Amino acid sequence: MAEKKTLTFALMDAPYESARTTTALRLIDIAARRGYAVNVFAYEGAVLLPFSRQQPHPNTVHGRDVAEENHLLTKEVVAALIAEAARAGGKLDWVNCGLCVDERGAGEAIDGVRRGSPADFWKMAEASDNTLVIGTR
Amino acid sequence: MASYLLIESRDPFESADVAFCHDLARHLAAAGNRVTVFVVQNGVLGVRAGAREPGYAELARAGVEVLADDFSLRERGISADRLAPGVTPSPLDLVIDRLADGAKAIWH
Repeated sequence: MAEKKTLTFALMDAPYESARTTTALRLIDIAARRGYAVNVFAYEGAVLLPFSRQQPHPNTVHGRDVAEENHLLTKEVVAALIAEAARAGGKLDWVNCGLCVDERGAGEAIDGVRRGSPADFWKMAEASDNTLVIGTR
Repeated sequence: MASYLLIESRDPFESADVAFCHDLARHLAAAGNRVTVFVVQNGVLGVRAGAREPGYAELARAGVEVLADDFSLRERGISADRLAPGVTPSPLDLVIDRLADGAKAIWH
């Protein structure tokens, strides 16, 4: 059996703004499917990725109702990643920067997301095989 | 010999500092390190064979492994047979492989 690694990712982009978010979630997905221990430190706008009050919406311009629009919600992606990591025998530990949360009123996060500080990021990085910081430009 | 992974997400026709990433890769390779530049997102616009030369073929000639995210290529309708010399399509899994192996990774 392949060795289970521990990887840490730092994200900073808010949802629906950058292709970096798509790539970051793809990377986390790959690591989660391998059963790795995956740490995510969400900083700045990235704390809104698991915001529980995200709602799907219709698209009246294209004449599609909510179901037809099938709008992707990042909170559901994060929930799916947490579930996939557990299914594969690993764990996804998602930490939202508390100050960033307060600034944005983003305190209502989905289950499995915890509040922390940049000190948690340091601890995560120290305990990991590797760390990738995906910063905003 | 250290292993470096430079992830280039920027379109070279929009961001002049892509050259910084190339310079870093070239110098690291010249110093005897294993260097991979993994191009992703709009960065792949620069690896097209017909694109005005942004330096990827030169990087490959300098001993840098140049890989392009196959998903990003497909998203932009860039087929694998239309890439600059020395550029190889790769799944994103390669990034996780290298991270797991302890490569020094920089996102740009």
